[in-house]
Amino acid sequence: MRFSIYRYNPEADAAPTMQTMELADADITPDMMLLDALRLLKAQDESFTFRHSCGEGVCGSDAVNINGRNGLACITPVVDLAQPITIRPLPGMPVIRDLVVDLSQFYHQYRAIKPYLVVHDPEPEVEYLQTPQQRDKLDGLYECVLCGCCSTACPSFWWNPDKFRGPAALLQAYRFIADSRDQATAERLDALEGPYRLFRCHTVMNCVDVCPKGLNPTKAIGQIKKIMLKHLI
Amino acid sequence: MTIPVRKFDTLVIGAGGGGLRAALQLAQAEANVAVVSKVFPTRSHTVAAQGGMNAALANVSPDNWHWHMYDTVKGGDFLGDQDAIEYMCRAAPRLVVELEHIGVPFSRLDNGKIYQRPFGGQSQNFGGEQAARTCAAADRTGHAILHALYQQNIRAKTHFFDEYFAIDLIRDNDGCILGALVLEIETGEPLIIQAKTTLIATGGAGQLFRTNTNARINTGDGMAMALRAGIPLQDMEFFQFHPTGIAGKGMLISEAVRGEGGYLVNGDGERFMERYAPNARDLASRDVVSRAVATEIHEGRGCGPNKDYILLKVDHLGADVIRKRLPGIRDMVMTFLHIDPINQPIPIFPTAHYTMGGIPTNRFGQVVVPQQQGAEDIVPGLYAVGECACVSVHGANRLGGNSLLDIVVFGRAAGNHIIEYLKENRYGRTVVAQHSIDTALAHLARWDQRSQGVSNETVDGLRNELKAVMDHYCGVFRTEDVLRTGLDKVLKIEQRLQNVYLKDHSKIFNTARIEAFELENLVDLALATVASALARKESRGAHMRMDYPQRDDVKWLKHSLFFKGGQLDYKPVRMKPLTVEGFSPKPRVY
Ligand SMILES: Cc1cc2nc3c(=O)[nH]c(=O)nc-3n(C[C@H](O)[C@H](O)[C@H](O)COP(=O)(O)OP(=O)(O)OC[C@H]3O[C@@H](n4cnc5c(N)ncnc54)[C@H](O)[C@@H]3O)c2cc1C
Ligand code: SF4
Repeated sequence: MRFSIYRYNPEADAAPTMQTMELADADITPDMMLLDALRLLKAQDESFTFRHSCGEGVCGSDAVNINGRNGLACITPVVDLAQPITIRPLPGMPVIRDLVVDLSQFYHQYRAIKPYLVVHDPEPEVEYLQTPQQRDKLDGLYECVLCGCCSTACPSFWWNPDKFRGPAALLQAYRFIADSRDQATAERLDALEGPYRLFRCHTVMNCVDVCPKGLNPTKAIGQIKKIMLKHLI
Repeated sequence: MTIPVRKFDTLVIGAGGGGLRAALQLAQAEANVAVVSKVFPTRSHTVAAQGGMNAALANVSPDNWHWHMYDTVKGGDFLGDQDAIEYMCRAAPRLVVELEHIGVPFSRLDNGKIYQRPFGGQSQNFGGEQAARTCAAADRTGHAILHALYQQNIRAKTHFFDEYFAIDLIRDNDGCILGALVLEIETGEPLIIQAKTTLIATGGAGQLFRTNTNARINTGDGMAMALRAGIPLQDMEFFQFHPTGIAGKGMLISEAVRGEGGYLVNGDGERFMERYAPNARDLASRDVVSRAVATEIHEGRGCGPNKDYILLKVDHLGADVIRKRLPGIRDMVMTFLHIDPINQPIPIFPTAHYTMGGIPTNRFGQVVVPQQQGAEDIVPGLYAVGECACVSVHGANRLGGNSLLDIVVFGRAAGNHIIEYLKENRYGRTVVAQHSIDTALAHLARWDQRSQGVSNETVDGLRNELKAVMDHYCGVFRTEDVLRTGLDKVLKIEQRLQNVYLKDHSKIFNTARIEAFELENLVDLALATVASALARKESRGAHMRMDYPQRDDVKWLKHSLFFKGGQLDYKPVRMKPLTVEGFSPKPRVY
């Protein structure tokens, strides 16, 4: 199986290169995931660098660009991929080394939406009550693993990573707006006003297409816009 | 070489549920806290917890903390410390409500309260009917809790050192722990984080085994750091094998599947758990179910062409229950097995899951070591919580749903104790002993050594061997001979580790170097595990000796303590709870 892999070691290389790497057919099993393949490649060349941890698509560490599309290596079967399998770091982010990118901007935007429940009322001794229907509104939102696949596939985020919050952060903004327990909707909406933070979304929908958890940031952004409109009137 | 130094009130090593719960308590009390984690916090393995967290809320079935306490003591085969268990079970309802208040999206009942499901080993009224005690956010409870804790820490302005790898603890001349030497992974630069108090919350060591449910980062670094600092590890022979890992791969299929009504069948289509546990059946405690699964396969009653797995039947639950209560499991089964559990059973096999042993602590999270006269000494300034610690609330076998509880209960308790400690030691100790820094730096420099001759040993090769040895020689069923061979093999691997050299000596994001440090830690923990298992000549909880099949309360109702170098010591189990009467050992039937 042939791979073409983005290699860049800032201590040794003047510029990044695409390196051809190969695995023997005997090493490939039908149910192999891309992460398994990357680990075998690392066993051949220990300097090959990428992040990974849980191996089952829940920690969000191993987001990379696979044949032009962002995804999590650990839940991407290799047999389905056209060869040479081309692996690059997530697009638009500064590269630290090989497939490892600097996600500071991405995390910054996440922190900026104040991703925590805000309640002003005094706390009861028991749980806040929430009906199953109210709770259902959080499905499709809270499951985000912060992998960065969506935001780094978004042209608006590439051009304005410092100003546009990006799909992942906006999905989380909506997660709290949609939570019947949260009491900061007005502040949350105010904080998203202006031409950039929310409104740079041009519904290109790359985020929906790549999200490995099947989430829909575009829809969440649409919902925020709708609520904002209502709020204005 | 002068190493930069940063100073904090508290250093928390580990940003899983345990570390983040403690950090939150501290940050809210305006202590100056640094949290170091080798991965971005929400990538810690708490994120993978599926089924839920136990608390006697009684939202679904009648319940109270005392029944929960009984189940925990019995589940742990009477090796748990009953003061800590009482404390945990009493605190549980409050801690769940607290998590709900900070935003955890628990699933709900029609009356708006938190949804609870039955889990293994849970009973009403001290061994009566099945209880439903596990509070769940669908089957993504760990994700929900970890993210909420991280979010609240953002709010509380906790200081994070993301992608920093802790190498070793540092101390003053009196043995008081004053922080740690850490490595910034991105730059490869060392940093000393000096702190009046240090909390280890580095999680478990599931990477000791080839087939496991754990993340690659679960290499038990904190436990190994403690060993190197002269602290023993407690009860390391007790490693939990979860009965339902995906066959051939190891990923976890949560007990929640059986809690929702799934059950196991063998190759004859028999619901065999009825033979092993007539009352609790598929919801007996994990050690019991794992042994039953392994026995069925061993005796030729497995499923499939090679009769090498068991089937977990779920299709009778109906599409609605599976979609609503087990969506993450369904995704995982579809991704890794290409089948849909809505209409097909899941092939399973026992898989290494949870480290019951760890750094010995009391119920305030303070690390304790044996003293000559039998009493225990506290290691000043050092705390440990979560899977790396051994309080011990899980004894010889942890109940499902009790670890998420453990990490938040003792994370919070340790946070509170540290706050008191800081008040009393405001101008505390400040002089780190040079020899302690030198030792840590020497350790750091180990992987800068370059190969002189040709050595074909590699980190990857040796790690694979170690894991295979642990699978073969320290698994579900153990005997003297098997363990002795295992110990020899691990000792040889320890020797051979000295001949391993890295080829990659770069500084920036050098993961080869990190993996080498992790392998050293794993080797230390493998020795602790096999040696403790070899010494314990009885069967209790997860530790099953075919040559000593009975529990022996006369000789072995005690905790083991393994010291680096191989020495073993023992200490009594705390049988006396805080306020109620203790539960004395009796035969354990489910
Ligand atoms: C698949 C799975 C499902 C589970 N489901 C449940 C469940 O439903 N209910 C339940 O109660 N329990 C469950 N458990 C168990 C439970 O999730 C864990 O025991 C618990 O989350 C451990 O939390 P922790 O905070 O101790 O450690 P972790 O969450 O593992 O965190 C460890 C932290 O330490 C850091 N760290 C480690 N080494 C270093 C180092 N050298 N330098 C710097 N940082 C370091 C890591 O980066 C990480 O931040 C499950 C476990 C698994 C594997
Ligand atoms: S929304 Fe999806 S793609 Fe975006 S960060 Fe979250 S999980 Fe990743």
